[in-house]
Amino acid sequence: MAEAPLPDAGTVVIGVGNAMQGDDAVGLVVARALVDRAGVPVEEHDGEAAGLIDLLRGRTVAIIVDAVRGPAPGDVRRLDVSDAPLPAGWSPFSSHGFGVAEAVELARALGVLPRLCVIYGVGGAAFATGESLSPPVRAAVPAVTARVVDEVREILNAGRGVLHA
Amino acid sequence: MTRKTIKVDYLARVEGEGALRVSLRDGEVRKVELRIFEPPRFFEAFLRGRAYAEAPDITARICGICPVAYQMSAVHAMENAFGVRIPDPLRQLRRLLYCGEWIESHTLHMYMLHAPDFLGYESAIAMARDHAAHVERGLRLKKAGNEIVRVVGGREIHPINVRVGGFYRTPSRRELAPLAEQLEWARDAAAETVRWVATFDFPDCERDYEFVAMRHPSEYPFNEGRIVSSRGLDIGAEEYDTHFEERHVPYSTALQSVLRARGAYLVGPLARYSLNFDRLSPDVQRAAREAGLGPACTNPYRSIVVRAVETLHACEEALRIIRDYEEPEEPCVSVDAGPATGYACTEAPRGLLYHRYSVSADGTITDAQIVPPTSQNQTSIEDDLRAFLPGWLGMDDDALKWRCEQTIRNYDPCISCSCHFLNLEVDRNG
Repeated sequence: MAEAPLPDAGTVVIGVGNAMQGDDAVGLVVARALVDRAGVPVEEHDGEAAGLIDLLRGRTVAIIVDAVRGPAPGDVRRLDVSDAPLPAGWSPFSSHGFGVAEAVELARALGVLPRLCVIYGVGGAAFATGESLSPPVRAAVPAVTARVVDEVREILNAGRGVLHA
Repeated sequence: MTRKTIKVDYLARVEGEGALRVSLRDGEVRKVELRIFEPPRFFEAFLRGRAYAEAPDITARICGICPVAYQMSAVHAMENAFGVRIPDPLRQLRRLLYCGEWIESHTLHMYMLHAPDFLGYESAIAMARDHAAHVERGLRLKKAGNEIVRVVGGREIHPINVRVGGFYRTPSRRELAPLAEQLEWARDAAAETVRWVATFDFPDCERDYEFVAMRHPSEYPFNEGRIVSSRGLDIGAEEYDTHFEERHVPYSTALQSVLRARGAYLVGPLARYSLNFDRLSPDVQRAAREAGLGPACTNPYRSIVVRAVETLHACEEALRIIRDYEEPEEPCVSVDAGPATGYACTEAPRGLLYHRYSVSADGTITDAQIVPPTSQNQTSIEDDLRAFLPGWLGMDDDALKWRCEQTIRNYDPCISCSCHFLNLEVDRNG
């Protein structure tokens, strides 16, 4: 049986980061680039888990953009965490000890994780306090922004069926 | 002869990153070293050459968990330097802002980081599967604190509304009203939290700490008061450097603070509570007693109960401030900057936070010193482990590691904050 169409508010894009810590700001930079383009609510967040869970709660789709350690600087990885936990070692950068990975898993444990939850991780290299984005990460911003726009468009239009399958 | 080294290379559930190395020989504790390898923070250097008015916004960036504390110590130190007096309504608003930070910081630590230790879970995530109602209560309670910081501080993380002399903008009574509604719920939730954490099993460990906290003539301390200790210290913030000293240890990039006269001391909830029990309201005192606490607490594992009691106090105090709030005529008083040095301590969620600034004639910061609570507690954390470890040597390695981590988490150590300074010239063989 087909489900009723979801309101657009069911989808949220969340850019996570700390503006003062080098490449960790990339999620925020992408979020700002998305505000007028995504067609859905776009939030900037510092990655603190309790607040992040509130942003996820009640949503059907969440796309999170965050800096990660591991991939080469500027490399973008898309990870669908709707059904499987984040793989070990795939660590979103967080200075809190309780950040994006914990928020996703806590939301899952509490049964409030959106049905589709995707993380775009942008490889970062320089996380020093007071630094701005490193050149390879800055160069990756347009591409990751475009990928998120495409994915949201797909979800809102033809792709909505994905959720109903 | 048996030797054993316990390494906890990555300390989970603490703010920031740290590691612990313990060396044992023949059942004796040889070495306990808390190592910190979070990238060092250069905020003190960063502040030099900046305008005095930038200090609250810059220092708020030191920590995502306790930005209000940094702002409060910064503005009070600047106001101390320039002889600025803050009228009562603005002072009350600052207390309200601090209540918000205590609620969110304490709740994060109790529910997400510390409770799993007592209930036998590796994380809050695993705990949430069995205790969803508790975890949901924690998330909502934390949100009540976040909301205060958002409304009074301008935004939840790295609030921007605080300035030397007051605020950029003060809220209307109408803007505060929805906070009161949430706080009515939060006060009940905090009382429930006190009862919940009081049911945990606490190791029977007591220590003879020198407690150091602020003390105010009538209030449980946030922003003002003398710096007092359980061994007779009673000084103003301007005397801090005379009595306290920051030392390098070769194995950590954080500085460790000691009392020049007596060495290690303890700041934070246990110290605040034990030195200021009589400043809590009768209701909060009763909740503490019903949770099994006396007027002082020397068992660091019970710090989770003290945090719950302080959260209850912060909810109650926030409600009182909102109820009595009178909109200030002006959001700030004028500040006449000039060449001076200013000192201030305030009570961050984790304990005493000291700032000292020297400012030149044109208002430029020429020198800054920031001593966060975790660096003050580092020696006591190590001493706790030295004192308690001999009783745990019968445990297997995993249990022992867990117990060591739990012992560190008693302090809610904010390792990001404590690594605010690194002397790269330190002699590691010294």
